[in-house]
Amino acid sequence: MIAQDQKQLVGFDFLRHLAETADGEPALGCMQCGLCAATCPLGEAMEFPPRKLILQTGAENLDGVLNSPALWMCVACYACSKRCPRGIELTDSLWPALRDLAMQQGIQPPAELQETFQNIFKYGNTLGKSPRQRLDWTKDLDVRVLDLSKEPRPVEILWLVGCYPSYYPRNQTVARAFARILTELGLTWGVLGAKEKALGECDRMFGEEGLFEKLVEDNKKVLEKCDFQKIVVLDPHAYRALEQFYPRYGAAYPVQHYTMFLAEHLEQLKPFLIKPVEATVAYHDNCCVGRRCACYDPPRALLQTIPGVKLVEMARNRDESLCCGGGGGGMWLDAHITAHGGERLSDRRVRQAAEAGADTLAVSCPYELPRFEDAAKVGGLEGRLKVRDIIELLAESMDLGERDAS
Amino acid sequence: MNIAVVVRQVPDLIEPLEIDASGAALDLSSARFIVNEADDHALEQALLLKEAGGGSVTLVALDAGDVDDTLYAAAAKGADRIIKIELDQESPAPQTAAAAYAEAIKPLNAELVLVGVQAHDELQGVLAPLLAAALNLPYVGVIRGVKAEAGAVTACKEFPGAVMSQMKVKLPAVLGILAAEQPPRYVPVSRIRAAMKTTQFESAAVSPPAMAPALTVKRLSPPAAGQRAEILQGSETEIAARIAGLLAGKGLVK
Repeated sequence: MIAQDQKQLVGFDFLRHLAETADGEPALGCMQCGLCAATCPLGEAMEFPPRKLILQTGAENLDGVLNSPALWMCVACYACSKRCPRGIELTDSLWPALRDLAMQQGIQPPAELQETFQNIFKYGNTLGKSPRQRLDWTKDLDVRVLDLSKEPRPVEILWLVGCYPSYYPRNQTVARAFARILTELGLTWGVLGAKEKALGECDRMFGEEGLFEKLVEDNKKVLEKCDFQKIVVLDPHAYRALEQFYPRYGAAYPVQHYTMFLAEHLEQLKPFLIKPVEATVAYHDNCCVGRRCACYDPPRALLQTIPGVKLVEMARNRDESLCCGGGGGGMWLDAHITAHGGERLSDRRVRQAAEAGADTLAVSCPYELPRFEDAAKVGGLEGRLKVRDIIELLAESMDLGERDAS
Repeated sequence: MNIAVVVRQVPDLIEPLEIDASGAALDLSSARFIVNEADDHALEQALLLKEAGGGSVTLVALDAGDVDDTLYAAAAKGADRIIKIELDQESPAPQTAAAAYAEAIKPLNAELVLVGVQAHDELQGVLAPLLAAALNLPYVGVIRGVKAEAGAVTACKEFPGAVMSQMKVKLPAVLGILAAEQPPRYVPVSRIRAAMKTTQFESAAVSPPAMAPALTVKRLSPPAAGQRAEILQGSETEIAARIAGLLAGKGLVK
């Protein structure tokens, strides 16, 4: 944590302090080149886009920075970090530290996000649902889901389902499809049921470091008692949390995002992909697994293996991909961002998919399904552009699908 | 101004409510408890008054229903003293609870006592006026904002139909808070965790007389569908189409 005891830090002292933290070391090397601001998809709506954020912080206008609506407009897309020639970790380091400092000083984050944080703190999930309803998505499911919190046993795969796939109706179909695929692959696998909690990546990126640390402690206690070979997650943010941040707290586990995991099992999957899925598909590279971890080929390999799928690319793809706007707490910042002149990035992204000639936008992040479906409706693309998780497309080709998404 | 605030825990409605084997009470054995929303607003209002004009905020709570979580969060927000009341009665009648809170509050010599105007589990009368009676202090309820002045406060009271009035209330007094002037503040979890390490709760042993409940519950049941209500059945898509049809039929949407 950067700011817990640093209420009096001003300007350059803050950057110096930041430089002593895990990702903050290069922060002092900013040469004000402006690549970060130019690449930030919301930069033009920000009072302090990333370049100015560093400049004004260093120039002792920390109060101005902390009280600016711009402070709550970063959606953790990693575009600035990726571009920075000095390797400054703006996304992992600077933005969270400034937000942490703001909250420590009593500056209130946007209301919608406060509620989400409180939900996570109280219930362990972003949606404010009962932990006892974590497995509601398995009702009437035709395959067995092993709840390791009730029947502990060694498994090959520990699947952390995630908040949206567990609770949100649109995403529950993806959870059910993935359960069927895992079963078809013949692996031993289980879930944590009521013991599963959010992994907290969004909280950390948003500067709610205390909440993140609490979740790490809680999750570590549960995971230490489980006997598994590998964790598989549907959520790229969960992957990022386990891959990058949990090891810092002595909680290191082998983890794969499902696109990596299924691509590894592609040869086993192929004989099951029997039904053609006639669709022109554009794949949206999410920010955590895509731009941050440079995992671009596995999701495309999965899509290209599905008979009938014609893969097209949007003008912005791979490390140039445009964020859906949901990361780093952005899922709960739409009202704040639009109120301050920013466009919902998901609205922009669905237009790019349509321009690429796609009739289907394929995604691999739980936030993207509802975000892009909403954007397609708002943007007049309903009926012309379907939004489907790669898992749904695979399950349909395996004849395991339960419904067409839209 | 020295302010006392009463906070209560109530069953969290994210869990489905279940009726126990007696058929006359809720099964709270696996219930989760959260702070009563109006009491949370009472705390926020107290903190705003303290920030505006100084003084102290003392929280008073029965030691029940996961109350520590609420108390640590309150300490992190800025409550100065926290008093936990040990009461040797489970689910006390509100008259008993009012007497217990009053016993703990009297020694504080508080100029102002704030309590949520209602709680969703109140059945046999509302705590706020009962507490005022037990303290022998004047009471005004349904308050949506309080400003301090010398020896008095100006309270904004809401009447039915959203008619608002400004009332000057001489102190000491008890106010039933509906809403604070701003939503209860967010406090980062790191602060709450720090408060868990440093906050010392004070304990108040009280002995209010046990009072017989004013009402006896004979039977609890889930709400029955009325004859004029139509419960929509079917899949989400079917229900959504039905609702859209109903709205269009009434000319509410085109």
